[in-house]
Amino acid sequence: MNPRRQKRLAVVVGIVLLVSGAIGLMLYALNENIDLFYTPSEIIDGKPGAAIPPVGQRLRIGGMVVEGSVSRDRQSLAVSFDLVDVDVNKAVTVKYAGILPDLFREGQGIVATGVLVEQSTIEAHEVLAKHDEEYMPPELAEKMKGIKHVKPTEAGY
Amino acid sequence: MWKWLHPYAKPERAYQLCHTLLPWFATVAVVSLIIGTVWGLVFAPADYQQGDSFRIIYIHVPSAILSMGAYVAMAIAAAVGMIWQWRTAYMTMIAIAPVGAVMTFIALFTGAAWGKPMWGAWWVWDARLTSELILLFLYLGVMALYAAFDDKLQAGKAAGVMAVVGVVNVPIIHYSVEWWNTLHQGATISKFGKPSIAPEMLWPLLINLLGFAAFVGAISLMRLRNEIVQRELHRPWVADLVANSNARAEKE
Repeated sequence: MNPRRQKRLAVVVGIVLLVSGAIGLMLYALNENIDLFYTPSEIIDGKPGAAIPPVGQRLRIGGMVVEGSVSRDRQSLAVSFDLVDVDVNKAVTVKYAGILPDLFREGQGIVATGVLVEQSTIEAHEVLAKHDEEYMPPELAEKMKGIKHVKPTEAGY
Repeated sequence: MWKWLHPYAKPERAYQLCHTLLPWFATVAVVSLIIGTVWGLVFAPADYQQGDSFRIIYIHVPSAILSMGAYVAMAIAAAVGMIWQWRTAYMTMIAIAPVGAVMTFIALFTGAAWGKPMWGAWWVWDARLTSELILLFLYLGVMALYAAFDDKLQAGKAAGVMAVVGVVNVPIIHYSVEWWNTLHQGATISKFGKPSIAPEMLWPLLINLLGFAAFVGAISLMRLRNEIVQRELHRPWVADLVANSNARAEKE
């Protein structure tokens, strides 16, 4: 490589490094704003280095639906369930009136948008299902995870 | 070390190389796309959670991977153009750009169509979806910038800077699901360790991935060939080429 090309190579590499440095710092500064949702323990304890979200704030929460916590109103579409993350003791209750996504079931990841009405209660106006990155046929899932595949229409939700 | 590559900087040699490689890419693309798509959409088992809806993975994942792969290829071509000042490198860059843009669009579109029944939303502004949308805008930006100049060498240089700088977005797309919490799930196959997908579902996906890669390669080669001929229209070798193909056509 002749010296002129070497110089141009250095310039190109330099530009890429500078730009990635700048964007890296930007993303680091905006870190908590890029997260799509709060986890239940972040709502109760606050994000590391940030304040606890105040009551009345509009926010998104993401977590696992606690088994046995789903309770439905017989007269309407109203439903409430608890969400947890790794810390099982810090549950946040979500109240929602509307149609739940097909993938909604106990033990499933959920992202809900709503308003924090109490320190650990959210009134949601949108509930989305979050599924994991594992794909397998029903028979294998039954064998490996003990999950019996039940179609949502038959599950009784 | 890279001296053997230098002759291919000449448009005539690059044209011949495209001509030789194209049938191979096209054959691999057609064969693997047919096998992978039919196997994936018809014969692969349904998912335990998502049922048949998960089959859109056979289009979504390959197009998403290729949207990033094509961008890296385009950025490398742009960098080669800037460092070695090869006109053919810029031609390669602009040949790849629309192909990558279409792959990005397919990934976004199939993602939305998959998101609606599974998540419950067509679109969510999470880190993965947003960074993939930025990738589409980067492709469109490179194409628009290139089209804005009449002098195509200037156009290549300007668009090349944008292509090279935009490559920063590619690792952000890939790691977005790990760095931030997102609605989009984590990586299934493009990670170290065992893929989190059953083998009988994985094989058609890999075959389709190969098919998409060969397809992107084939279309880019065709576009590059056209680009070279268009730009070299006044050169004697193009005139010879046209005369030859005319003569062949007359004989038939």
